[in-house]
Amino acid sequence: MSTISAPGTDVPPAETPDYPMTRAAGCPFDPPPALHTRQTEAPISRVRLWNGTTPWLVTRYEDVRALLADPRIGSDSTHPHYPHQSPAAKERRRQSRTFITMDDPEHARLRRMVTAAFSIKHVEALRPAIQKIVDDLIDAMLAGPRPVDLVQAFALPVPSLVICALLGVPYADHDFFQTNSRILVRSTTTPEQARAATQLLLDYLDRLIGDKLTHPTDDLLSTLAERVRAGEISRHEAASMGILLLIAGHETTANMIALGTLALLRHPDQLARVSASDDPKPIASAVEELLRYLTIVHSGRRRVAREDIEIGGVTIRAGEGVVLANDIGNRDPAAFPDPDRLDVDRNPRHHVAFGFGVHQCLGQPLARVELQVVYSTLYRRIPTLRLAVGLDQIPFKHDGTVYGVYELPVTW
Amino acid sequence: MKVIVDQHKCVASGQCVLTAPEVFDQREEDGIVVLLTETPPEHLTDDVRQAATLCPAQAIWLAEQEKQEGER
Repeated sequence: MSTISAPGTDVPPAETPDYPMTRAAGCPFDPPPALHTRQTEAPISRVRLWNGTTPWLVTRYEDVRALLADPRIGSDSTHPHYPHQSPAAKERRRQSRTFITMDDPEHARLRRMVTAAFSIKHVEALRPAIQKIVDDLIDAMLAGPRPVDLVQAFALPVPSLVICALLGVPYADHDFFQTNSRILVRSTTTPEQARAATQLLLDYLDRLIGDKLTHPTDDLLSTLAERVRAGEISRHEAASMGILLLIAGHETTANMIALGTLALLRHPDQLARVSASDDPKPIASAVEELLRYLTIVHSGRRRVAREDIEIGGVTIRAGEGVVLANDIGNRDPAAFPDPDRLDVDRNPRHHVAFGFGVHQCLGQPLARVELQVVYSTLYRRIPTLRLAVGLDQIPFKHDGTVYGVYELPVTW
Repeated sequence: MKVIVDQHKCVASGQCVLTAPEVFDQREEDGIVVLLTETPPEHLTDDVRQAATLCPAQAIWLAEQEKQEGER
């Protein structure tokens, strides 16, 4: 809007708001109110980041989707105006860059090395194994003391066990990689802490890839090791991809399990619809709705304009940073009627919780199956599941580049 | 209705297989789209249209459609 920053104006006004913005007290599931205001009043306007830079923030669903799919927008994190999420994220990208912050053709070449493992057929074949993991963890919970922290007892182990099996990473090392992963996704982490955590993970993955080179097994790290042997990628590139898959494979899904459970416990009418059903279709719909409603990747998709782009009455200049706010985009009334209501029957497959465009989440088929198994099992097997503390005592990940809860004390 | 896919643009997100498994499959070696039938039966038209809309890489077109709808 011209009052915020006229088309072609290079100097942002002094009142440019800081980003990310703060959620309202008592509304842990809703995006910050200031984002709603932006979407209504200045849907494409500048914000100020941690390092003082002022990229464009895009807030409407149609614009977010259009720009994520626009070939004039790039993801190259080595561009000087790439809007990094935090000092830690910048350091990690420098030290361990992967295809998610590269443009084609390099992006496509590297992404295609790992896509087979996440095909619908391959992931569906894992469903019985995922069901067993979920059932075993619930058995252990039911046999153990109450209350219990659902994050440690269930939400974190489920996707960690699954991604460890898929990659060929020993689950016994979960304390090590979960601790370092947590450091990297916290926005308050210093560059020094990020460097140390990244290096530990790089060394760890490099060692595993070395093992797979001599003793290949049937897993994704062995596939990457084979690419190293063929001279298609370096060991550093393979280890970097391993870190990406390991972190993305457990952090995001773990947060969806715990935060999704909390959201359902706070919406008993919706929980009743989920737990009453053992039909896969309503469960799949509930998964899509919780992905939309919670949009845990809540600090926007980060891009750089490669050419001038005219959109929504503004001109994004070539070389300017762009932040695509998929969280508020998923609450756009133009795309989702009554968007702030959790409605598990909505089946909003067109949401942008996994992003859009060529960088759309690689692991989404796996995340979907994991969440479908969890949501169709946990509340059916523990129908009296409830919070053991008040909502105000639950620590939310306001400082995380991925949103969720640090702990979720539950009982039954 | 004629369906066209672009394997070079495909990013193997699997959205099309989830939406219209009778029409789309994925290559074993890299998950890239495989078209099972170029001319799916009438009752699958809505599913194919949704697959084209959901495709993040815009790698699916319906030949009977206007260009802008196919490119969404």
